[in-house]
Amino acid sequence: MTPTLDTAFAALADPTRRALLARLAKEEATVMELAKPFAMSQPAISRHLKVLEEAGLILRRVEGTKRPCRLAPDGVAAVDQWLDVLRQALTRNYQRLDDVLAAMTTKGKTP
Amino acid sequence: MSDPLKLTTEGDRHVVVTRHFAAPPEAVYRAHTEEALIQKWILGPDGWTMPVCVCEAKPGGKIRYEWSNGQGGGFSLTGEFVSLTPFSRIEHVERMHLPATTPDNHVVTSFAPDGGGTLMTMRMTLPNAEARTAMLASGMDKGMEASYARLERML
Repeated sequence: MTPTLDTAFAALADPTRRALLARLAKEEATVMELAKPFAMSQPAISRHLKVLEEAGLILRRVEGTKRPCRLAPDGVAAVDQWLDVLRQALTRNYQRLDDVLAAMTTKGKTP
Repeated sequence: MSDPLKLTTEGDRHVVVTRHFAAPPEAVYRAHTEEALIQKWILGPDGWTMPVCVCEAKPGGKIRYEWSNGQGGGFSLTGEFVSLTPFSRIEHVERMHLPATTPDNHVVTSFAPDGGGTLMTMRMTLPNAEARTAMLASGMDKGMEASYARLERML
């Protein structure tokens, strides 16, 4: 499965997965460490991690029997960049609205 | 000057946009409900125009915006007003036609007096997390990259 922004946003739609990402933003962690603060079994956490991994938001490496997770900088940057694209598109519209409002006010149509 | 626009996601189904304007709520409200004014600013990327603008600002009233890039490219938005409170609140439902129709986006836009100007808050609610994802992703597909690049050159 190729990570896309679509799968990334779907992965981010879940509050537990957002919390897991927030935790991983601090440092690398194993499934056992990640499961501790959540009222969830390790298999349940593992399923969430699989979604995050397939979405390209986390990376995992093999260390003996453990598979520690860490944030995937590229995946997270892509999501950030996307929100920024929407922000910029709206910004352009609202800059035009600023001009429209200035013209309305100058013409004295509004108080 | 700090960026006056804030855009955040909230929970699984919401997108919230806030923006300050240096004009009173009445003017900002009118710019969101009068066709001749809407056609001047809801345009997306530079080079696009809105040749068709229907905005029946009353409960149940229809909304229809059609955009064109002048080269055969185009897409549209249709919707209905749910309720309007001049000059403070607009509630409506909208969907894009790209040409595939997107899930309904329920939008509440409010205008509050803010230091001689207006603080606008636009809260979008999608039917589910997947629909929000699709809405966010479709914006990217439909040439916002181009818009972004163009904007960067202007700044």
